[in-house]
Amino acid sequence: MKNDNQSQDWDLVIKGHTSLFDVRLKEVWHYRDLLFLFVKRDFVTVYKQTILGPLWFFIQPLLTTITFTIVFGTVAQLSTDGAPKVIFYMAGITLWNYFSNCLTSVAGVFNANASIFGKVYFPRLIMPLTVVISNLMKFGVQFLLFLCFVLYFVLQGKIAPNFYIVLMPVIILLMALISMGIGLILTAMTAKYKDLTQLIAFGVQLFMYVTPVIYPSSSIPAAYKWLVNLNPLVSLFDYMRYAFLGIGEFSLLSLVYPGLFSVVILALGVLVFNKAQKTFIDTV
Amino acid sequence: MSRVVIKAENISKQYRLGLVGTGTVRDDLKRWWHQVRGKEDPFLKIGEANNRSSKGNSDYVWSLRDINFEINQGDSVGIIGRNGAGKSTLLKILSQVTQPTTGKIYTKGRIASLLEVGTGFHPEMTGRENIYLNGAILGMRKHEIARKFDEIVAFSGVERYIDTPVKRYSSGMYVRLAFAVAAHLESEILIVDEVLAVGDAEFQKKCLGKMNDVSKGEGRTVLFVSHNMAAVKSLCNRGIVLENGLIIKDDLVENAVATYLTGNFGTQNYKIFSKEYDTKDFTIHELGVNPVEKSPDSILDEYQSIEFNMLFTLKNSTKNLHVTYVLNNEYGETLFTFSHSNSGLKLKQGLNKINCTLPEGFLNIGSYYLTVYLIENSKTTLFVEKDILTFTIQEGERPIGSWMGKEPGFIKPKFQWIIE
Repeated sequence: MKNDNQSQDWDLVIKGHTSLFDVRLKEVWHYRDLLFLFVKRDFVTVYKQTILGPLWFFIQPLLTTITFTIVFGTVAQLSTDGAPKVIFYMAGITLWNYFSNCLTSVAGVFNANASIFGKVYFPRLIMPLTVVISNLMKFGVQFLLFLCFVLYFVLQGKIAPNFYIVLMPVIILLMALISMGIGLILTAMTAKYKDLTQLIAFGVQLFMYVTPVIYPSSSIPAAYKWLVNLNPLVSLFDYMRYAFLGIGEFSLLSLVYPGLFSVVILALGVLVFNKAQKTFIDTV
Repeated sequence: MSRVVIKAENISKQYRLGLVGTGTVRDDLKRWWHQVRGKEDPFLKIGEANNRSSKGNSDYVWSLRDINFEINQGDSVGIIGRNGAGKSTLLKILSQVTQPTTGKIYTKGRIASLLEVGTGFHPEMTGRENIYLNGAILGMRKHEIARKFDEIVAFSGVERYIDTPVKRYSSGMYVRLAFAVAAHLESEILIVDEVLAVGDAEFQKKCLGKMNDVSKGEGRTVLFVSHNMAAVKSLCNRGIVLENGLIIKDDLVENAVATYLTGNFGTQNYKIFSKEYDTKDFTIHELGVNPVEKSPDSILDEYQSIEFNMLFTLKNSTKNLHVTYVLNNEYGETLFTFSHSNSGLKLKQGLNKINCTLPEGFLNIGSYYLTVYLIENSKTTLFVEKDILTFTIQEGERPIGSWMGKEPGFIKPKFQWIIE
């Protein structure tokens, strides 16, 4: 019996217990068209039948920037390291939005797609990848808006970007990997323990306050610096302000930690997600 | 002997009943603790066969248990069984939506599964966009879809609406488009679950026709789940009957359907009485209905000629007696009354065996109830028993392309027709 099965060249073996490392990335590659079509779907359908359409991509960060400028800048008078308040907050918000959008959407992948996952098989990793890429397009639009403001303030002579801006794609890649990695672990857990969904929305909000989004890392007391630096996002936000606004401190070495962190968390995330996706439909 | 394309070995699937999510942490920890000590999963032992109507003691049930089968290339296999028998679970495992708890399935060739039509359709997108998206979800590459695009649109019959968002489609159009995409997927194995439940007659015809082409014309393998026995019989050459998660029959489709139907309807086609109907005038011994020249426990189908047989003893021949039957439909409406006296036949003293044969294909599919009267002098009822016999006429095997539902009406008499 055993020999018989091995001698025939089966294309696929469906079985109960598979190895943790049976990730089948090749299959993901085969479905790359699906990934592309999902991204297109996300982009085309978000604002269909809305009056302002794609303008919403701009409105949201603009309103947030104005609110933050008033609340944190004018009322609370937090330090912006001497940079103009509007551009300071906008830099933080643009980057943070990408991270938090990715994280919360990836974390909700199982629950949001339960109906489709229950009816048809395709590599489940396609979904989180779609989320990360769709959000990348949204980020691109918002980043353009941010660049317009940077240009305005440069012409005013208030900020001085430097050549580090060419590193921006690397920073975004790190953001994408970290948010996807954490998101994958969370979605695998929410599939079984629903309570976590409540915690995630709330947790991401709190996480913003321990990340230098609305304040510069220079305002963190030296005693707590080591603790804050455990957060891999810190140097990414430092970079953003250093490269585009010319404030704060940044060195290439500070990217080593987030780089390693992103690779490890993503690998872990993919393994955990892969394990969970096999039977998640029975528990959801 | 053709090649085996699907081979299932000891497939079992366990589900947890009740509120999923409560107590899972505790069970998970227990499982983990057993694993750490190298012992077997404690919850795999306590499951029991899945019988939805009887209450069990365990929170864990086996939706499928030790399923073994082999399917050859070009087979079209009907999977039948009552609700909850495990059909959908089996299809879900085959389409990789979920994993079996134990066992293995080996497959050869690309599998396209259609557990639901229109999975992943986005209401805001146009028909065109959805064809591409749905095709990709089913595993097609973009260029494949582009190549088949015109064919898909033509098959679906919604050319005019192809650039309209699908949320504006009627539900029928939606289903047509969705099935069209799936039907044009180039796969070696096609798995279909109850798509015929939706769509109008014309569309059903098209679907079955297409599936028939796929299996018979192109030599691909089809697995088909349906409660429509006419469709299963016409489309499939082999049937697997599931009951409570076990395979109870794996045979030619006619035999499988027969097993399913006899198990399902608990037919009372033939009754033997001892003293239930023992009156001063007569005693009924046996009463039955069966296809002509077939055993009394055979399935009755819509094309057969069926006969009623009654065996009784008449005690008093001085009376002028005759037996009359009345046939009612499932709504209790009387269809017609029939008696041997209409043919001028008389009963005799002692044992009588009366036989009445209906013409071929006289009764439409459905359930029928027989009432028996004993009449004296064509006016006095000496005995009456309502619904003494219940029987069901099943769908026969119909040609592919014909309507698989029930025609209106209860009888299908063959009248004399003349065409000039």
